[in-house]
Amino acid sequence: MRRGPWLWAAALAVYAFLYLPLAIVVVYSFNDSRLNAEWVGFTLHWYDVLIHDEEMLLAAGNSLFIAFVSAFVATLLGTMAGMAIHRYDLKLLNFMALTPVAMPEILLGVSLLLFFIQVLNLTLGMLSIVLAHITFSIGFVAVIVRARLAGMDDSLFEAARDLGASPWETFRYVTFPLILPAVIAGGLMAFTLSIDDFVITFFTAGVGVQTLPLRIYSMIKIAVTPEVNAVSTLLMLLTLSMIVLASRFAPDVLKGKT
Amino acid sequence: MSGPPFVFLLLFFVAPSVIMVLASFRYPGEFGGLAPLFADTQTLHGLTVETYEFFFSDIIYGYVFLKSIFVALATTLICLLLAYPLALLIARSPKKSRDLMVLLVVLPFASNFLVRVYAWMIILGPQAAFSQAVNGVLALFGMEPVHLLFSPFAVLVGMVYVHLPFMVLPLYTNLEKHDPALLDAAQDLGANVWHRFWRVTFPLSLPGIFSGSALVFIPVLGMFAIPDILGGTGDMLIGNLIKEQFLGTRDWPFGSTLSIMLTVTVLLIVWLTTRLAGRGRHYA
Repeated sequence: MRRGPWLWAAALAVYAFLYLPLAIVVVYSFNDSRLNAEWVGFTLHWYDVLIHDEEMLLAAGNSLFIAFVSAFVATLLGTMAGMAIHRYDLKLLNFMALTPVAMPEILLGVSLLLFFIQVLNLTLGMLSIVLAHITFSIGFVAVIVRARLAGMDDSLFEAARDLGASPWETFRYVTFPLILPAVIAGGLMAFTLSIDDFVITFFTAGVGVQTLPLRIYSMIKIAVTPEVNAVSTLLMLLTLSMIVLASRFAPDVLKGKT
Repeated sequence: MSGPPFVFLLLFFVAPSVIMVLASFRYPGEFGGLAPLFADTQTLHGLTVETYEFFFSDIIYGYVFLKSIFVALATTLICLLLAYPLALLIARSPKKSRDLMVLLVVLPFASNFLVRVYAWMIILGPQAAFSQAVNGVLALFGMEPVHLLFSPFAVLVGMVYVHLPFMVLPLYTNLEKHDPALLDAAQDLGANVWHRFWRVTFPLSLPGIFSGSALVFIPVLGMFAIPDILGGTGDMLIGNLIKEQFLGTRDWPFGSTLSIMLTVTVLLIVWLTTRLAGRGRHYA
């Protein structure tokens, strides 16, 4: 196939553009200097600072808790939505699940802020963050589950019914085992999205609760310190392992085909 | 089965959207937020179009919207220029290496959004090698040193960096489907490299270009965090304006109006793009 040297050069330059900034963050997390400007020497000092930073640890705990709860509920609701959209061709539900993700994030953030305070009279905190995260995760889970169902033969389910299985038995012994990889991949996706979310959390967190991204944001707004590099490096490792896990369950998710 | 997700989304997506539309017609509260509809039996606050009049009466808001559209267009264009050669190379690579090459594009996503923005704070910082080099070159030509961080340039770089994969993926998905025989046919008919690209590959890739552009343009249009972190005080975009109304001055009716105007802008542009894309398909 036609892959000239110019095409190679341009593509490699773009790969470099994608990776160099992240490499710099990782490298400077081991740098024995307060400034992220030049290499002084190797140290684990910033990781030591990090594990003794109680506010950061608290924020990390909050992030994990929020991610677990919201991913669990979003997987449940998203799987139901994906199955319903596939079976009954529900355009309205499809629209409702996908629009929150298709619009600029800030819109969901501020409308939920208004809704929580004005209508529900809810004090912003863990609950409001979890509800917000479920809202934007449902669409992702639904898309993944639906894609899996679309790739399967519907006669499998009809056969189960013909052989006398009740709707529940059909689901329990045929549909569910078949879509399980997509459900797990969707759940991992929801977990990653929740851990990573900054914009919507920023509007729905209020003053009491910090998450990891909120903590990173307030740190980089004040000063650039290599502790941020250290936490960034660890976060990269975490999300990386989630992606690897998700790709084992649903390889297509990573190929931009869903 | 469709019940629970439907009810949940009705409650936490549809209702908040409706509330926001209503809030844009309310009066601001004395201490921020919204004024109550009925303050007491004497004063009735009711609804108003005041915030919309305010939006259209002050040129500054139109200016911020235009500037945001310009930044989003520039980001989309730069992403397209960077993504195209990469997507083309991946699409024309042997099947077994494609997945890995795509994975390498997606992988930077594995780092937190803020981390990716933060990386550019380091690179563009005044003491970093990059800034020193740029200012060294400028000094050679006798020009004043420039501050790269907290500038419109930094905002643009950050926007491109964060959204680039959104352009590569749809482009690749499209380019991968092209039949290589088309290019052979064009070559046999005497078309050179240039013509083969502009007359065959490019027109066929228009749907990919349009979907990639939408995936970059829409989030950039509402982005507040990147200008907030990498931009200077003058680099406010729509997103910053909205954030300021909700969390700063706490003028919620006006914040809602700005959000509605952002939604309208997005919908208008999506509508325009689908029309253009329809024509593109016809052309291809």
